[in-house]
Formats: sequence, C-alpha cells, structure tokens
Amino acid sequence: MSRGVRTLIFLAGAAGLGMLLVLAFLRCPPFGGDWHPYRDMAVPAALAHVTPNVVSSVNFDQRGLDTLGEETILLGSVLGATVLLRPGRHETRREPQDVGRVLQVTRLGGYVMLPLALTLGLDVVIHGHLTPGGGFQGGVVLATGLHLTYVAGSYPALRRLRPVSWYEYAEALGAGTFSVLGVVGLVTSAALLANFLPLGQFQQLFSSGTVLALSVATGCEVAAGVVVLLAAFLEQTIMIDSSRERAG
Amino acid sequence: MATGFAAFGTALPALGIAVPLVGACLLLALDQVLPRVAVDALAAVVVLGVAVLMGALVAITASGRVVSWAGGWRPAGGVSVGIVLVADPFGAGLAFLVALLTLAALLYGWQYFSHAEAHLPVLLLLFVAGMTGFALTGDLFDMFVFFELMGAVAYALTGYKIEEPESVQGAFNFGVINSLGAYLCLAGIGLLYARTGQLGLAQLGAALSGHPADLLVLVAFTLVATGWLVKAAAVPFHFWLADAHAVAPTPVCVLFSGVMAPLGVYGVARVYWATLSGTVSAAGVQRALLVLGVLTATVGALMCATQRHLKRLLAYSTIAHIGLFLLGVAALEPAGLAGSALYLAGHAGIKGALFLLVGVLLSRYGCVDEITLYGRGRGSRALGWLYVVAALALAGLPPFGVALGKAISEESLAATWLAVVFTAVSAVTGAATLRAGLRVFFAVGPPPPEHHDEDVTTGEREEREVEPAPARTPPTMLVAILLLLALGLVTGLPAVGSAAGRAAERFTDRAGYLDQVLHGAAAPAVPTPHGAAWTALGAGLGVLSAALAVGLALLVLYAPRLPRTLRVAGARTAPATHALHRLHSGHIGDYAAWLLVGAVALGVLLALPGSAAGATGVTP
Amino acid sequence: MSLYAYLVAGWLLLAGFFGVVRSRDLVHTAVCVSVAQSGTYVLLLGIGFQRGAGAPVFAPGIPTTSPVVDPVVQAMALTDIVVSATVTALLLAIAVQIAKRHGTVDPDELHALRG
Repeated sequence: MSRGVRTLIFLAGAAGLGMLLVLAFLRCPPFGGDWHPYRDMAVPAALAHVTPNVVSSVNFDQRGLDTLGEETILLGSVLGATVLLRPGRHETRREPQDVGRVLQVTRLGGYVMLPLALTLGLDVVIHGHLTPGGGFQGGVVLATGLHLTYVAGSYPALRRLRPVSWYEYAEALGAGTFSVLGVVGLVTSAALLANFLPLGQFQQLFSSGTVLALSVATGCEVAAGVVVLLAAFLEQTIMIDSSRERAG
Repeated sequence: MATGFAAFGTALPALGIAVPLVGACLLLALDQVLPRVAVDALAAVVVLGVAVLMGALVAITASGRVVSWAGGWRPAGGVSVGIVLVADPFGAGLAFLVALLTLAALLYGWQYFSHAEAHLPVLLLLFVAGMTGFALTGDLFDMFVFFELMGAVAYALTGYKIEEPESVQGAFNFGVINSLGAYLCLAGIGLLYARTGQLGLAQLGAALSGHPADLLVLVAFTLVATGWLVKAAAVPFHFWLADAHAVAPTPVCVLFSGVMAPLGVYGVARVYWATLSGTVSAAGVQRALLVLGVLTATVGALMCATQRHLKRLLAYSTIAHIGLFLLGVAALEPAGLAGSALYLAGHAGIKGALFLLVGVLLSRYGCVDEITLYGRGRGSRALGWLYVVAALALAGLPPFGVALGKAISEESLAATWLAVVFTAVSAVTGAATLRAGLRVFFAVGPPPPEHHDEDVTTGEREEREVEPAPARTPPTMLVAILLLLALGLVTGLPAVGSAAGRAAERFTDRAGYLDQVLHGAAAPAVPTPHGAAWTALGAGLGVLSAALAVGLALLVLYAPRLPRTLRVAGARTAPATHALHRLHSGHIGDYAAWLLVGAVALGVLLALPGSAAGATGVTP
Repeated sequence: MSLYAYLVAGWLLLAGFFGVVRSRDLVHTAVCVSVAQSGTYVLLLGIGFQRGAGAPVFAPGIPTTSPVVDPVVQAMALTDIVVSATVTALLLAIAVQIAKRHGTVDPDELHALRG
C-alpha cells in the first residue's frame, strides 16, 4: 500500500477507536475519586504482612505470580537479545581498542559517581519493602551505575569489571532463587509464593518475610540481566567485525 | 492419604509454571559447562516431567476444577488480593498439549539442531512456562503478563536465524503487532479495573453481573479480545503469523502453530465464559465471532492455496483453521466449544507433523520452495506417505481428531452454510498441502513452470537448520513426527470426544466457576452431553472434504492439461488473488493500520443491536 | 476536567500507532511502540489516583490510616514498564540485524516477506 492509503486506513481506525475510548472514559468513575476497592483490600493485607511499602507487598506478596512472570519476561528478553545479537557466521569478535578521549572532568565525575550509584542501587534493593523502590528499580540503578566505567573510562575498563559469564550465572541464580522460593512456599504453606518467612517488626530492615527475599533475588537478576543485555548491544557495536561480510 | 493426594492435585497448576522456570534457570547456569547431549537431555527430562504433571492434572480435573490461590490469599466474602490458578479440563489439556508439542520439538532438534551458543532449549522452557501460565491462570492481568512472556520469548525464537533477511523482518513484524495488541488489551483491562476494582476473572464476573453491559464494558471487552485475537491471528490481525511461522526454526513452528496462536482463541473463550457471559450481549459476541471466523477461514484458505513457500503455506492453513476454531466457539454452547477444542488438539498434532516433514526437506535441500523441490523427495517414499496421510487428516479424513472436531463443530452450528464453509475451507487447505506434497515427494503432474512475481515469497534459498545436512533422516526426527501424528489420531478417539464434551460443559458453567473460585463450592457433576461423538453425517462430511481435497489437488496438478476454456476461467481469478497477496505486504505500518481498523470493527460488531441467531440456527 | 488524564492516555496510545504507521525507520518504530505503551501507564495511574491521597508507602511518621492512592495500579504499571523495556530491547536487537541483512532500516525498503 502507498503511504497515503495506509495513512487513510489508520485515520479511519484511529477515529473509530478514539471515539470508542472517549465513550468508555465518559463512563469511568470520576478521576481522583476515593472509590478503590482493591486498594482497600491491599493496604490492610500489606500491613498484616508487615510491609510498609504497599506496592512491594502487591508485587512480591499479594500478586507475586505476576512478578514471577515479569522477571521471567526479563530473563527471556535478555536471553533473547543475546541470542539475536550473537555474531553471525561471517562475523568475528575483535579486541576493542582503547581509543577515544574522555574529558578529565567526565572521568572524575564518573569515578565519584560510581560508588555512589552502586550504594544507592543496593540501598534501593534492600529497602524495597520499606521505602519506594525494590528489586527492579534498584537492579537497574546497579547495572547502569556499573556502566559509568564505560562512560568515564573505556570499554576495556568496563570489561575488566564485567566478565559477562559471571553475570549470566548471577542472572540465572536470581531468577532461579525467585522460582525456588515460590516452590518452597508451595511445599511449606501449600501455596506458590506463599510468604513463609518470619514477618518481623514493622519498619525494621529484616521484616515482611519473603517480600525482602524476593526483592533481593529480583535485584540480583535485574542488575545482572541488564548488564548482560547492555553487554550484548555494546559488543555488537564495539567488538563485532562484520567488515568481511560487507566486502563479500 | 486422600488429603495428601488432594494437596498434590492443588499443587499441580503451580508446578506446571514453576518446574519449567527452575529448569530453565538450571540449564542457563549449566549450558556453558555441560556437553551438548546433557543440555538436550536435561531439557527433555524437564519437559517430560511437565508433561507427566499436566497429564495428571488433566486426569484430576475430569472430576472438577482445581483451584489454588498463589500466595495463599484465599478469598473472604468473594474477594481476594491474590491471584488464582484455575485448572479445568481445557486449561489443563492445553498445558498438557504445550508439554507434548515441546517434547516433540526437542526430540526433533535432538543433537542435530544447530544451537551452539544460542540457548535454544532455555528459551523453549521459558516459552512452556509462559503458555502454561496463560492457560491456567484465573486472573485477567496475570493473563496479560503470561501473554507478554509468551510474546517476548517468541520474538526471539522467530528471529533466531539471524543470517536470514526474512527471519529478522518476520520477528520485527511479530514483535510490533503483538505488542500493540497487548497494549490495547491492557487498556481494556484498565477499563474493567476502573469499573470494578477487580482483576480476577471470577471477581470481575461477580462484580459485573446483574447489569447489562454498557459502553465501557463493551469497549473493554473489545480491547481485551483484540489482544487475544492478535495472538490468535484472526483477520485482520493475522499478518504477523505467516511472516513469523515462515521464518521461525521448524521445531518452534510446531509450538507456534499448534498451540501459541490457538491460545488466543482460548483466551477469548475463557474471558467470555468466566467473566462476561452474563453481561455482554450473546448475540453481539456471536455475530463478531461469526464474521471474524468466516473472514479468517476464507482469507487463510485463499492465501494458503496460492503459496509456494511450504512453511508459509502451512502458516496460512493454520490461519484458516483458526477461523474454523472461532466458528466452533461462535455457537456459544458447549458442543461447539468441544468441537473447537478437539479440532485444536488434533490440528496441533497434524500441523506439527507437517511442519516437521517440511523441516526434513529443509535440512536436506536448504530450500522450502514447492516449485524448486519438484520431484526432489522421490527418494524418501516413507516420508512422502507420512506427508500424504497428514495432509488428508488436515483435510478432515476420519478417524483423526481434526475430523471429529470438525464434525462436532459443524453439527453445533445448525446453519447449513456454515457446514459448507467448514467443508470448503478444510478441502482447500488440505488440497494445497496435498498438492505441494505430491509434487515434492511423488512428482505428480507436469513440472510446474518457474515464474517470478515480486509479490510472492518463494523460499528458494533458506538457511539449513541442521549442520551438516544428514545423509538420512535421524531416527529422533522420525519419532517426533510419528508422535505428533499419533496425537492427531488419539484426539479422534470416541473417549476423548466425550471427555471434551464434559469439559465444555464445565467450561461454560459460569455460575459454577464463580462459586468454586470465590466461595470454595464443590464442583457439581456435569452431564455427559450428546453430540460430542462421531456420527455418520460428521464422518461422511469428513470423508467428503478429504475427497474434495484430493480432487482439487489433482485438478491443480494437472491444470496445464485441462481444456483451454477452463484454464482461461482460472486465469480470470488471478487479479483478485494478486490483490489479496499485495495486501500481505510485509510492511509493519500496514499491519498496524489494519490492527486499529480490526479493533473498531470488532467493537461495532459487539455493540450493534439485533440477533445473529438466524445465521447459525442456534439461540444463545 | 476529570476526563483529562484519560484523554491523554488515549492520545498517547493512538499517537504511538500513528508513529508506527508513518515510520520511516525501525528504531523510530520501536520507540513509537513504547509511546503507545506509555498511554497504558497514564491510564492505569489515572484510574488509581485519588485527590489528596499520599503514596502507598507508610514510612515512619505516616499513620497507617492516612489515605493513599491505589498501589495495585502502580504495581501493574511497574510490570508494564518492565515489559516495555524488554520489548524495546528485543525490537532494537532485531533492528540491528535487519540493518545488517537488508542494508536499511526503512520499512518501505524491506521486501523479504510478501504475499
């Protein structure tokens, strides 16, 4: 189809769907109202399991199965991206060269930020049941923090800090721990992902039972997974030599 | 002892999701150090374990649903913050089917499939977890999560052969269209949540019941159904399927065609019966399913008949058959649903076997083009006969499951014209499949002339999946093919038919579903329905469609020797076929535009007043 | 203006579709898919919003009886974000390979799959 025809078909569809959506929105409960039945159940449930961060309680306790699926999506996508970005038959890996110039101020900034970012990431993971954050958020901070060594240093520097196979193990370990904790709940409490650990005291670090444990497992998986993911893209750009293929 | 057995039963759905996940993580950690054979064996053992567990679940669900609340958040007063897993015979049966097909896929790829450095078995295990989760969860948002899990793994599996231009383009199209469909679906889930504050299918059903559906509920159902129908590849959401199936590794095609796409039909049926059957107008749902079903079956059959790329041909035949599954569901009564379920299971076996047979050709000749392969398969008569049997079974030859499912569906839709659609679509797709097989394996008919058309994908040069090309077909590949054919045969047994009939009664019992999930009520016994069995008429129609398929195939094969007037009449239809091919442009922008139009059409069909009962002869 | 948030959500959803339909670059297409998805974030968070309510996190000093916005939609939005990030990563990885195999990332120039 030509671009014009395609756009016309889109406009027809968009007009129709837009109208349907507006008609539906007009029948939604008023925006900002206080009618939230699920919230009214989820908050007491979180408090009963000694979890001040209700979002984390929903994620790792009340609707933990969603999160099991979610972290598996991440695992599968990271694996999928590494599979898709593997070197082709005619491509070779080459050693990256330490080229390019980094401003002194960038270098300084990077090395100051690195420990801060890693500490912040760990903090966000470990306090996910108490304060805003959790395994996903903290894991991403950890992984991107690590890449400051690339921004402020060089690719070889990052590679020294990041043997990818270790991170693949860590990713499998994090995801596996999540599943295994779920199965342990099944064995001890007859329910997948049951909160079988001691609940502890409200607003204490070691509290909320499996919420903390699952959050840490997720943090491990997400941090490692994002590192592996970025490694696949970086290797593709920096290390894979497809010049022969282009010539052929 | 009895309580221990019951506890084992309620643990099974959770294990169906957790076992492949743990297996995948184990394999991911070990596949760098283990030798190839151990990786394959470990994956096969895990999938075999899942198959045994899901088989047990199917057996247990025969006497009632298995309900288990993840996290132990059992409902109080009919509501809960948790997610429920609800296994009924259809959900459990699909999970069982997933495991069986994956086993066949792993067997086929055993030792021979090149997956060095590429984690193929791990991806397959994650795929199993995603599909099992989708089939067993009783929560709408959780369905979305597992839908996305299936999707994410499937995009990577589709693009697996990174050397092929077709492969990567197909994966991209698949990824974009499925994601866009999923987001529409999520918007629908959001709307239902805004209305009810619930996410569980049963909780939503309870909260919505008592009021006729207003526009919010209708639009929400439209959006959710659009998401599932994108997965099901109903026209006009179907464009991705041919692109993805044509390029994915052959063992993966078995799963894509056999169960992943059909899970979309299951999703629509599940959401309708568990949640909305008392709320939205049955006439509207029936009208929508009838229109989409007939359109999907027709377009799929026409596209199938005009393909020369063998995997694309099989992919379009899958689209055509999904149209027929939708028609079975459109009866909106247990018999039609039972027919669709049997049809789906039988089709999974037969279509899987056909894909693997084409995979054997690909591994030998590095080509899946019907015209180039003319007569090349003459050396392997055994494979040729297997292919012919599978093609006839696909066309509806008794006693295969496809025929039984087709017969039951046809009889549930009392309207004669729908029986004609069933027979015609089965005959045309069967004929196309048979035509290709007769050319390739038996060199029937004069050699087809080579002609180039830029709007046709040929499949002349494809990457071999097995390196080096085996001198003869490895026994594991043959076993996988025979296993799938056996599945097609077993689903045609009368006992399986009556089990499907009872399962459909259970599936459509909305009040029973709500009572058992939300209030722990025991499942009442369901009657063994009439109609879920072989009848002379059904078997006769099956034989008829298979005979028509043979006739049509021979007609096409010997077309050049036909009288000139007939050939001219055939050539007259060429412009229409060509226009249809041009619509399947491979352009992602086209696909997205059609997706929107399809969603709107679905909404209009659902919302229009009036009854579709006249068309089907069924009063919902 | 109680419809405003919902209208923004619908607008983003359709804007994402528009981008995919008109795109001349697959990287742009992948980003447009995320734009469509961000419509669902806005919709979910809009549904869970309550005027005057705080975040659903009971830090020290916040009484557990104080009103909070709906935490469930936030958990759903988090899942949605993870999905978005992973799908984007996969689409970009595929786009890299498309660039190599086809020598272009313009969807108008991709001709491998037809009919």
